[in-house]
Amino acid sequence: MTTAVPTADERIAPVGVLRRLLVRPELGAVVGAIAVFTFFASLSPVFRSVEGIANWLDPASTLGVMAVAVALLMIGGEFDLSAGVLTGTSGLTLAMLSAVYGWNIWSAMLVGLVLALAIGLFNGMMVIRTKLPSFIVTLGTMLMLMGINLGVTKAVTGSVQIGGIADAPGYDLARRMFAQTIPFLGVEFRVAIFWWLGVTAIATWVLLRTKAGNWIFASGGNAPAARSVGVPVARTKIALFMTTAFAAWLVGSILALRLTSVQANTGINQEFIYIIAAVIGGCLLTGGYGSAIGAAIGALIFGMADKGIIFAGWDSDWFKFFLGVMLVLATLTNHMVRRFAEEKRK
Amino acid sequence: MSTETTPQPGGAGAPLLEVRDIAKYFGSVIAVQAISTTVRAGEVTCVLGDNGAGKSTLIKILSGVHQHDAGQFLVDGAPVRFGSPRAALDRGIATVYQDLAMIPLMSIWRNFFLGSEPTRGWGPLKRFDVEFAKRVCRQNLLDMGIDIRDPEQPVGTLSGGERQSVAIARAVYFGARVLILDEPTSALGVKQAGVVLKYIVRARDRGLGVVLITHNPHHAYPVGDRFLVLKRGRSLGEWAKPDISRDELTQMMAGGAELEQLGHELERDAEDSELAAVAREVGQDAKDLGIAP
Repeated sequence: MTTAVPTADERIAPVGVLRRLLVRPELGAVVGAIAVFTFFASLSPVFRSVEGIANWLDPASTLGVMAVAVALLMIGGEFDLSAGVLTGTSGLTLAMLSAVYGWNIWSAMLVGLVLALAIGLFNGMMVIRTKLPSFIVTLGTMLMLMGINLGVTKAVTGSVQIGGIADAPGYDLARRMFAQTIPFLGVEFRVAIFWWLGVTAIATWVLLRTKAGNWIFASGGNAPAARSVGVPVARTKIALFMTTAFAAWLVGSILALRLTSVQANTGINQEFIYIIAAVIGGCLLTGGYGSAIGAAIGALIFGMADKGIIFAGWDSDWFKFFLGVMLVLATLTNHMVRRFAEEKRK
Repeated sequence: MSTETTPQPGGAGAPLLEVRDIAKYFGSVIAVQAISTTVRAGEVTCVLGDNGAGKSTLIKILSGVHQHDAGQFLVDGAPVRFGSPRAALDRGIATVYQDLAMIPLMSIWRNFFLGSEPTRGWGPLKRFDVEFAKRVCRQNLLDMGIDIRDPEQPVGTLSGGERQSVAIARAVYFGARVLILDEPTSALGVKQAGVVLKYIVRARDRGLGVVLITHNPHHAYPVGDRFLVLKRGRSLGEWAKPDISRDELTQMMAGGAELEQLGHELERDAEDSELAAVAREVGQDAKDLGIAP
C-alpha cells in the first residue's frame, strides 16, 4: 500500500487519522455486523423487532463470553481448543454433584470452578514447560475431557445426560443470577446477555487500561522481547489459560442452570466457533493483536446469522456457508490491516 | 597478539560494572574465557569482535540472561550473579537488543513503558496511567532529539534506526546507569547508523556507562572511550582510546594477518581472472592496513 501523498510534509494528519481508524482491530467486525444486521433486517421484520433482537442476542451472549476470553488468550499468542469441551465438563460437574449427590448448587459450582481453573492451569503449565504449541497441548486436553465427560457420566448415571438440577438446594438463587430472563421493553431478555456485556467491558478495560493488558499484547506480539524488558510472559500466559477456563465454567454453569440438565457431549465442536468469532473480531492467529470488543461483535455476528437464517425462512444448512464467507472476509481484512500497520518495517 | 593489561583510562570514578577473568561454558564448549573489562559512568566501552567471538555471550552475562561459570562480575564493586534480566534491570543495567528490542504491533508509548508501566489508583482499580505514559514518552523522545510523528503509531512503522533510538531513550528514562547496546548499527544504513551513534553520545553525556557491541570499528572508534577486542571467546586486549588508532583497531578486527593469508590463498587458487582480481584487492587491503610489507 502506498502512503505517499505528494504534499509538502509526509507527516500531515489525514494519513494518521486514516491509519488510526484502519488500525482499530474491531473495524472489520463492526462493518461486518452492520452489513449482517442490515441484510437480515431487510429480509425479516421479526429479525428487527425487539423480540427478534432478544432472540438473537441469546446465542450471541454465551458464545460472546467465550469468544472474549479466547480473544484475550489469542492476543497473548496461544490457543485453547479445550475451551468448548470444558464448558461441558463444568456443567457436568455442577449437574452431577447437585443432582446425583444432592449437593447445594453453590458448592457444586465452586467445585466446578476449582476444577476448571485447575484444567486451565494445567494447559498453561504444559504449554510453558514443554514449549509445545498450545494447539497440540489443548487438543490433547480437549480429547481427554471429551473422554472423561462421556465416560464418567455414563459410569455414574448410566446415561449420557444428567438432569434434575432444578431440585437441588440453592437452585432458585443461582438461576436468578445466571439463567433468568429480565423484562425490558416488554420483552424477556436473557440475563446471560448482561454477563456477556460485563465480561466484554472488563476484558476491554484490562486489555487497554492495565499493566496486564500491555503484558498480554507483548506476550503474544514478541515473547522474547517482552521477557527481555521484564514482562512475566509465563505468568501472563498461564493466567490467560485460566481466564479462558473461568469463562468456560461461567458459560457451562449458565447453560446447565438454564436447561437444568447437561448432555455429556456439551461443548464439542464449539472451540473453533470461539476462535472464529475472535478472528472475525480482529484477532490475529499469530497473536499480539486483537480486541475484546471485536470478539464480542464477532459473537454478535454469529448470533445474528444463526437466528437470521431461520427468521428469513432459509434452510439452516446455509449457516456454515455463511460462517465460512465471514471468516475468510474477516481474515483478509485483518491481514491487510496488519500489512498496513507493519509496512515500512526496516 | 597483545596480552597487555588494561590501562586505566582517565576521568570517571569507580567502575559501575566490572568483570574479571569471566568465563561461560555451554557443556564442553567454551563460549568466553578470561575476559576482563570495566564500564564507567560517562564512558563508552566498545566490545569488538567478529561473528562467534563471544560478544553475545558476554553481554548476556552482563544483562542477566546467562550466569557466568568462572571469574568475577562486580556491580558497584560488589560481586553479583543475576538470575534474570529483571534483576539486572533493577540494578540499572539495561540492554537494547538488536532485533528484539520492540514489539512491532504495539504503539510506541506502549512499547516505551513495557514491563515498567506507570499505574494510578489502587486495589482492583489500579490501572495503567495512559495519559501520563503518552505524555512522558513523547517528551522523553523529544529530549533525546527524536521527533516522532505520533506516539500511537505501531513501532513496526518506524525505521530500524528510529526503533533503536526509542529503545535507547526508554533505557535512559528508566534510570539505566549502564546501557548495553547489541549491534545497534549492524542492520542500518550509513545515515541511520549515524543517528544511532549520536544518541549513544547523548546517553554518554548524560552520565551513563555505555557498552557498545559491534563488529564495525568505524562505528566504534568515533564514540568509544575504550575498546575490548574479542576473538574466539578470548580477549585480544583492551585499550583506551589514546593508546590505539583507528587503523590499528581495524587491523585487529579484520584479523590483519589472516586477511593477508587469505589474499595469498586466493591468488594461488586463482584460475580465472575474476578471482585473481579479488585476491589483489584483499592483498591491497592488507597493505593499506599496514599489515603486509
